[in-house]
Order: sequence, then structure tokens, then C-alpha cells
Amino acid sequence: MIEGLLQTADTLLLLLCAVGAVTGAVLMVVLRQPMRVAIALITTMMLLGAIYGLLGVHFIAAFQVLIYVGAVMVFMVYTIMLLEMREATSRRFSKLLIPGVAGLLVLLGAIVASVWRPLPSPVGELGQISYGIAGFSVSFLNDYWLLFELTSVLLVAAVVAALAVIGIGRRASRG
Amino acid sequence: MDRTQLLIGVAVALFSLGLVGVIVRRNVLVMLMCMELMLNGVNLSLVTFAQQTATTVGAVLVFLVFVVATVEIALAIPIVLLLVRDKRTLDLGAYNELKG
Repeated sequence: MIEGLLQTADTLLLLLCAVGAVTGAVLMVVLRQPMRVAIALITTMMLLGAIYGLLGVHFIAAFQVLIYVGAVMVFMVYTIMLLEMREATSRRFSKLLIPGVAGLLVLLGAIVASVWRPLPSPVGELGQISYGIAGFSVSFLNDYWLLFELTSVLLVAAVVAALAVIGIGRRASRG
Repeated sequence: MDRTQLLIGVAVALFSLGLVGVIVRRNVLVMLMCMELMLNGVNLSLVTFAQQTATTVGAVLVFLVFVVATVEIALAIPIVLLLVRDKRTLDLGAYNELKG
């Protein structure tokens, strides 16, 4: 009986997090001020982290909170505060609002219709299959080592490119 | 509707809303955040399918998406700062000379 209750609570929590994440995403499209949009995105990311935790992939939940919320979004919030510009004088939406929303409805309808059909039977119950950081790390560094190395190259290239962009800015301000 | 279908539905909704945000919004920073939302939708679908097939390849791809998202922001923010310093606005309409 207790296991059944726990399973129900687990499903209920998953449903709540899913609804919250989609609500945050809708608010992102609707809200005007960038800081409010950033807070809605942070909420969505935290709820996605909770979903990953409920699915049993705790290390991805930790990555989600540490990398996305802790690094990317803090960077974004600092930028919004640094610029301190409000959108009040300009229009919120572009001219593509109606085609964009129509495209969204068509895309959603097509994909949800394809997802609604029965999926291949899973290897196990979703949320019951879990692999820890050890299994992930061994797999990553043995089977996918080339991707790991390419990741390092990508990060170095990004640092060099960011420095180049800053250099261009300095030259432009001098000239 | 089972859990897999629910999570894939949420992933599709996040991706689509992010795409609509990129198309309909005019603020450059909001567009960047909508791109992050699209990547989050992709991550959720990868984790769901990895769970369904009980493999680690989905987690590896999620890790790579994290790196790509970080690199994207690290490059996009300095570019946005330079554009704003030049035009004094975040409105995309002011950057129309970037058409090429």
C-alpha cells in the first residue's frame, strides 16, 4: 500500500513539475521585461532538474542546476542588469506573431499526433532504470572519448572567439 | 498516456515555445533565452529516450548539449554587448544592417 502511495505521489510530482515547466515557457514568450523572462526560464530549468531527479538521473539534475542555472543564467542575469534597458518604448512582438503562433499550433499538432501513437515497449519502467555518474563516466571516457576531446577543443575555440570579439570592440572604440 | 508520452509532450512543448519566442520576440536577450529553452526541450527528450532504452548515450548527448549551450552564451553575450554599445537598443529591428 505504501509503495502504491509513493508511486502515485511520484507521478503527481512529475505531472506538477511538467505543468510548471510548460507554464514557465509560456510566460517566457508572453512577459515583456527581460529580467522577468530570465526568472521564468530559471523556474523552468529548476523544474526540469526536478523531473530529471524524479526519473533517477541525478547527475543530469545536478548538471542542470550547476551549469544552466548556476552559470549560464547567472551570466544572462548579470548582462540584463548591466544593460538595464527596458523594452517599454518598442513593440514586444515582431510582425511574425500570427504566422509564428500558427506555425506553433501546426508543429505541436503534428508532433503530438506522432507521439500519441504507441511507442516501442521500453526496456524497463521509466524512472526505474538508473545509472550513476560512474557508469556515465566510464562510458563517456571509453566509448565516446573523441567527443570528450572535441568538447575541450570547442571550449578553447569559444574562449579564443570571445577574446577576439572583445578585441574587435576595443579597436572599434579606439577608432 | 504513459510517462514517456507525457515527457516527450513536455519536451515538444518547450521546444516549440522556444522556437515561437525566437520568431515572434524582438528583444535580442529574450531571443537568446528562448534558444536556451529549445535546448532544454531537446535535453528532456534525450533523457527520456535514454531512460526508455536504458543506455548512457542520451546522457552523453545531454552533456554535449550543455557544453554547446555554454559556448553559445559565452559567444553571444559579448556580441550582444557590442551591438548594444553601438545602437543603444536591444531591439532586433535596429540591427538590420547585419542582413549581409
